[in-house]
Formats: sequence, C-alpha cells, structure tokens
Amino acid sequence: MNRIDVMKNPIEQLQKVFDSRVRLGIMSALVVNAQVSFNELKELIQVTDGNLASHMKALEDNGYIKVNKGFVGRKTNTTYSISKAGEKAFRLHIEALEQMIRQIGN
Amino acid sequence: MNLANGEKAIYFVFQSAFMNSQNQPLDTISDIKKMMDRSSRFISLSGLSGIGAGVCALAGAWFAADVIGNNRTAVVEKRTGVQEPYEEISIDMLQAFMGSRLFWIAVITFFAALLVAFIFTYVRSTKEGIPVWGVMAKRLMWNVALPMGAGGIFLLKLIEAGVYGLIAPGCLIFYGLALVNAAKYTLGEIRYLGYVLVVLGLINCWFPGYGLYFWAAGFGVMHIVYGMVMWNKYERK
Repeated sequence: MNRIDVMKNPIEQLQKVFDSRVRLGIMSALVVNAQVSFNELKELIQVTDGNLASHMKALEDNGYIKVNKGFVGRKTNTTYSISKAGEKAFRLHIEALEQMIRQIGN
Repeated sequence: MNLANGEKAIYFVFQSAFMNSQNQPLDTISDIKKMMDRSSRFISLSGLSGIGAGVCALAGAWFAADVIGNNRTAVVEKRTGVQEPYEEISIDMLQAFMGSRLFWIAVITFFAALLVAFIFTYVRSTKEGIPVWGVMAKRLMWNVALPMGAGGIFLLKLIEAGVYGLIAPGCLIFYGLALVNAAKYTLGEIRYLGYVLVVLGLINCWFPGYGLYFWAAGFGVMHIVYGMVMWNKYERK
C-alpha cells in the first residue's frame, strides 16, 4: 500500500493548470521577479499576444497571478506578479516533478 | 494480486500522462530553471567580451608604462640640468602633463574595452534572440554603474588630494565590488573575477609604486583568463 501512495502522490501534486510550456514560463518568470510586464513576458517566452493573453487569463482565473494596472506618463502600464496561492501551487508542482525524477532514478 | 494490479494501473496512468519520454519531468525542470535565469539575469554576456576587454587593458597598460618611463628619464634630465630656479615649476608642469596623458590613456582604454565587450556581447545576444537592451541588461548596467560611479567620483577626489598611489588599487577594488554586485544579474561566475580584483586591489594598497603591474594583472590578465574560461564553458561549440 505504502509504495502505491508514494507513487501516486507526485502525480496528484502536478497541477493541471501548469500543463503547458507557456504557463510554466509565465510562472517561472514571475516567481523570480517581483513584477513583469506583458511585453517582457512576450519577449521571454516568445509567443504571440493572443496566445500569451489566453494563458495569462487562465492563470488569473485560478488566482495564481495578480494584475497591477498602472501608468507610465499617460500610457497604461500593466504588470503581473505572482499571488501567494500561485507561489504555493508552483512550488508543489516543482516538488512533484522532482519526486518523479527521483523515482525514475530508483 | 490486487495490490499488484493497482500498482500496474497507476504505473500505466503515470506513464501515459507524464512520461511520454523518459526524461520529461527532468526536461520540464530544466525548462523552468532556464526561464528563471532568462527572466532574471542577462545571460548573453560573452566570454569573448572578457578577453577583448583584457587585451584593451594590457594595451593601455603598455602605453601607460611607456609614458611613465619617458617622463622618469625627463625628470632625471631636468634634475641634472642647470636651470635650478625653474626646477620646481617644470616638474610640476611635467607631472600635470604626465597626469593628463595617463588620464587620457585610461579614458581611451576604458571606452575601448567597453566597446569591444559590448560588440561581442551584442553578437552573442542577437544570435540567441535575447534583447541586448532589455530589462535584464538595464538592471545589470545599473548595478555595475552604481559602485563604479561612486568609486569614480571618490577616486577623482583622491587625485585632487594628491593621493596618486591609491588610484590603481581604488580602481581594482571598486570595479571588483561592481562585478560581485553584477553577479546577481548575469552569469554568476563573474563573482570570482570580482573577488580576485578586490584582493589584488587590497594588496596593491601596500605596494603603491606598482599600481601599473597590479592594473595589468587585474584588468588585463584576469579578464582574459575569465573570458577564456567562460567562453569554454558556455559558447564553445
């Protein structure tokens, strides 16, 4: 029984929301930077506006990222940051991945 | 029996959902790490930039040695000359002249090194598709410029005070500290170059007459060594 639990656990911890290269990219960037703008994310992950926007929306709906609307002069300047819930979910996701790697190694 | 079946079933789910390729979790983790680095550090700093800057520094030191050498003989000639009443003044002027020649050599060396370093890094960053003037590059620049700027102003005050012996060590120390600071915003190994320069600068404080040698070792040789190590580690195909 124990062995099954150990094997089952990491998979359950993997978040379905992060099951995409773009979303992982967004979360990785936000977890090490206090604030990142839409354009910076676009540059980093190298995706189209629409693609990035839809992934951002999904993460926002999950409460994993926060949107901060501000102004630089008269231009709107929207930046994104990670929420407490997002940080926790992302950490669990990475830990689950690590555990899976360790099991493959065994 | 049940247990074995359960295990098999779970293993199947495990495999089909996440292990299309054996290394997928590993790939994902390394992707995440890459993304964290790319988003927080300016990683296209080229090793060739280090080598180029080092060569500029050595060339600069060579010209400076030439100037210093020439002036030393000139001073000796003046001292053995007969125009004793003018001795003081001419040596002063000579020193001012020497100071300015050396000053310009230093300025030209600095900008040549900066330009060479920029060109190699620009080439690398275009090759990798990373913006050379993105947020990361700006953050790196600011964090290098702050200790360097503060150090530069401080050194100008030292020159004003006539403490020439501490200028070379000062350059090494402040630049070394700038590099240690920069290590958080670019390839982390640059920290070690920073440590070496700070130590060289501190030792140099007790050997004020040998500034040029420490300068050549720190800005020249150490940069070339650093550049070769980094190029070998990250860029050699």
